[in-house]
Amino acid sequence: MSTLAQGSVEGGNPLVNIGIFGAFVVVTLVIVFRASRNTKTASDYYAAGRSFSGPQNGTAIAGDYLSAASFLGIAGAIAVYGYDGFLYSIGFLVAWLVALLLVAELLRNTGKFTMGDVLAFRMRQRPVRAAAATSTLAVSFFYLLAQMAGAGGLVSLLLGVEGDVGQGVVIAVVGIVMIIYVLVGGMKGTTWVQIIKASLLIAGTAVMTVWVLGKYGLNLSELLGSASQAAGGGDALLNPGEQYGESGTTQLDFLSLGIALVLGTAGLPHVLMRFYTVPTSKEARRSVVWAIAWIGLFYLFTLVLGYGAAALVGTDTITNAPGGENAAAPLLALELGGPVLLGFIAAVAFATILAVVAGLTITASASFAHDVYANVIKKGKVDSKTTEVKVARITACVIGAVAIVGGILAKDQNVAFLVALAFAVAASANLPTILYSLFWKRFNTRGALWSIYGGLTTTLVLIVFSPAVSGSDSAMIPGADFAWFPLSNPGIVSIPLSFLLGIIGTMTSKEHLEGKHKEMEVRSLTGAGAEKATVH
Amino acid sequence: MNSTEPQPPEADTWARVHASEDFQRLRKRLRNFVFPMTALFLVWYLTYVLLADYAHDFMSTKVVGNINLGLILGLLQFVSTFVITGLYVRYANRKLDPIAENIRDEVEGGDKQ
Repeated sequence: MSTLAQGSVEGGNPLVNIGIFGAFVVVTLVIVFRASRNTKTASDYYAAGRSFSGPQNGTAIAGDYLSAASFLGIAGAIAVYGYDGFLYSIGFLVAWLVALLLVAELLRNTGKFTMGDVLAFRMRQRPVRAAAATSTLAVSFFYLLAQMAGAGGLVSLLLGVEGDVGQGVVIAVVGIVMIIYVLVGGMKGTTWVQIIKASLLIAGTAVMTVWVLGKYGLNLSELLGSASQAAGGGDALLNPGEQYGESGTTQLDFLSLGIALVLGTAGLPHVLMRFYTVPTSKEARRSVVWAIAWIGLFYLFTLVLGYGAAALVGTDTITNAPGGENAAAPLLALELGGPVLLGFIAAVAFATILAVVAGLTITASASFAHDVYANVIKKGKVDSKTTEVKVARITACVIGAVAIVGGILAKDQNVAFLVALAFAVAASANLPTILYSLFWKRFNTRGALWSIYGGLTTTLVLIVFSPAVSGSDSAMIPGADFAWFPLSNPGIVSIPLSFLLGIIGTMTSKEHLEGKHKEMEVRSLTGAGAEKATVH
Repeated sequence: MNSTEPQPPEADTWARVHASEDFQRLRKRLRNFVFPMTALFLVWYLTYVLLADYAHDFMSTKVVGNINLGLILGLLQFVSTFVITGLYVRYANRKLDPIAENIRDEVEGGDKQ
């Protein structure tokens, strides 16, 4: 195996990498500027005029969902830990059934722009919208940090940019390009960026998958055999337990992670907001079907890529590379197709971060402008929708700035951990309230508030006092030890607790909203009175 | 708020539609499908996670060549996800959409006049 130069992958050509990435940025910016011509109203800015088709939106959802953590993280986890890495993919995929069966269509029929629209539909508007915006901002913040931290790590690996200043500059460039996408293109521009990125990502991984399988006569069993041989002969890479099998605590931790993954997706605000970009609930359904197809296919590819990297690059080489596990997919690309394929994959990885960050920013800014500014501060009496969009644009700039600073500060954090945290918050703070709102007629304002704030607080408190933050070598603050909660993943406690708080809060409140629930149920099931596509 | 949209129907319209036989049938059909199906895939997923988490020897059983039971069950999670998606789409297209369309036309159409 080749020895690796410090700082970047040897054999990779940073100029090629930067060139391909630059081409992606130029092409997408042109498309974003073209798409922006028709962005006038709030519906255009937040929901792309509800003019995308199911297949287009499904591809964009895949673009939003398949983040750098999915691509580099899972391929790397499979290459290093084998089977246990595969479990992430399964949780991330099965989770889409929750979105398909219980959430997507009903949400599309009931809301306008944000998660808060649905949660506050039959409740007292101001407190519930404020709560929905708080948890939206919290989830988006952790997810943003994860992506920006990933960008920092990728820089040294792929572009050969070394040193804190160099990495900071690259993170800032990513942030600024992202802000331009969001400001100029709104939801329409951002959606096109997602679609292009998803196509490139899936095409690139498809080529690599076929290439790897081709080397083993299209025989998966032979690939697995070669991978476990390269890892030292035993079957450790093929059997479960390599990463989480250590002790009873790690096993429980894994169970907790598994629950958060499967329940988190349908509570991710940036995924939910995508359902508003299609004209009808039927198109929302088609969106999820396309998303499931792309995402499932992609995770099957990463399985091959992960084992392929273990077999062809070698687990030791990957762990010792700059970027560690995250280097598995880029190193495999280099091994297969030399600097050009590496450059392509590196550019795709950057495009992935850029697109996901743009999607998160537009969601967070929409939630602030629509829920907090228009409905909480202005009590639903904004003079014109243009003001609301202006506020959303200013918020996008602020969030972009926060993301740049946060990304520079968080660049050494574990990307997969930050993403898992976002999923835990989404599953605890958002999903119970969404499901109760849609399906439980007795549910009321206090139930919603207790569930959202209770779920959010529990998750954050348990994280702060978990071994992920203090008390272990790999913790955020390795020197200190104030961990009393044994698990890094809080979902197994915080999710049931949040469901329970929703019930207790509801039952202890005298507020009855059954009349409004009838309206909400008719609307959500039939689409009567739902927002239509705007015609230009 | 938005002048291009039809005026929202009156509150009693919603209550009337909600009580109608059509709507109750739609509601029942949706719930009868999605609740059991959700329970089914969640149980199947949790069973899989628990097996991978606690039954290492069982999951390490080789079936064909280097392909073990764990990999097969994992791939079956993909298959079941695709199958449930297909079943739901078929069900929704045939059993839900026609009723929902009728009710929607009634609510929105009756309102425009």
